[in-house]
Amino acid sequence: MAKVLVVTSGKGGVGKTTSTAAMGAALAQQGKNVVVVDFDVGLRNLDLVMGAERRVVYDLINVVQGDAKIQQALIRDKRVDTLFLLPASQTRDKDALTEDGVSRVMDDLRERFDWVICDSPAGIERGATLAMRHADLAIVVTNPEVSSVRDSDRIIGLLDSKTAKAERGERIDKHLLLTRYDPVRAESGEMLKTEDVLEILSIPLLGIVPESEEVLRASNLGAPVTIANPMSAAARAYSDAARRLTGETVVLTIPTDKRSFFGKLFTRRAA
Amino acid sequence: MNLFGLFQKRGSAPVARDRLQILLAHERTIAGGSDLVAILREEILAVVKKHVHVDSDKVQVKMERGKELSTLAVDIEIPTPTESLSKIERPKPKIAAAAATG
Repeated sequence: MAKVLVVTSGKGGVGKTTSTAAMGAALAQQGKNVVVVDFDVGLRNLDLVMGAERRVVYDLINVVQGDAKIQQALIRDKRVDTLFLLPASQTRDKDALTEDGVSRVMDDLRERFDWVICDSPAGIERGATLAMRHADLAIVVTNPEVSSVRDSDRIIGLLDSKTAKAERGERIDKHLLLTRYDPVRAESGEMLKTEDVLEILSIPLLGIVPESEEVLRASNLGAPVTIANPMSAAARAYSDAARRLTGETVVLTIPTDKRSFFGKLFTRRAA
Repeated sequence: MNLFGLFQKRGSAPVARDRLQILLAHERTIAGGSDLVAILREEILAVVKKHVHVDSDKVQVKMERGKELSTLAVDIEIPTPTESLSKIERPKPKIAAAAATG
């Protein structure tokens, strides 16, 4: 049974696209058939983070409007062959996304994949509500920072009222993904702690992704961090989160990039 | 707490946490369509406007949303009828309405 997952946050710049790419790749690396769908019409970036920017021919709007078949628009990842991308349109207006059209595309993708991961645009406008519309579950990406937590709270409210599942009177599963976390600063009281954010938002925790240089390096290279450097702290956090999403019990830890002297020697040799 | 801890500044995270908890407690009730403080503010103004012409520039509304209680202060300047002004110089009367909600 396919699952439609929306990655959302309200606030921009907290790591929705990075997390979509990393979670999508992690699930695909674990053997699932995955498509990541960019809903950020006009400001698409998932193609760039996935390293597929030069291979985009057709996009979501072409498919929604019937100008292209879905298999023509899907781009298969060159590194993980069960991972696909459905890009957003860069030139069209987001009003070109119709509710019926999106609904049809989602039904079609459900037939083809195990996981359909929708990368929501920032904000609470049409693009964001359409991205969450057909979701079975949601990842709320949050930074340990006041404005991000406030916007996440707002998004949780929308997930509970504006999604098709909520309108049918069902509950949409919501998971918190805390990103750009710095355990040292949190411990010294300079940054909101995981417990603070959890207490305020009161949704279950899917994972904690530590602030990591590897995330920027991965996006520079055009690869999800779980592909670019699977052993990095961020990649391990995303892989663990992906396992939890599929129902596995994985002990929650905050991975770190700091390695022992021998660890450093080893990675240098391997690189 | 160690010796150095005594000299350490308390982190800003607890402040962030408290601010968020208060803000969100209010925003959640607003989303439910029952922002009592805002309703009171509108209705108090409506009542005053029914009886006197109120210049919207002369209205000051202050709200303070707190953890235990919120306060609303509505300060309205009401023009004194001109004939009474010629007899005695008086400061303009003000109506101040204050409301507190838990």
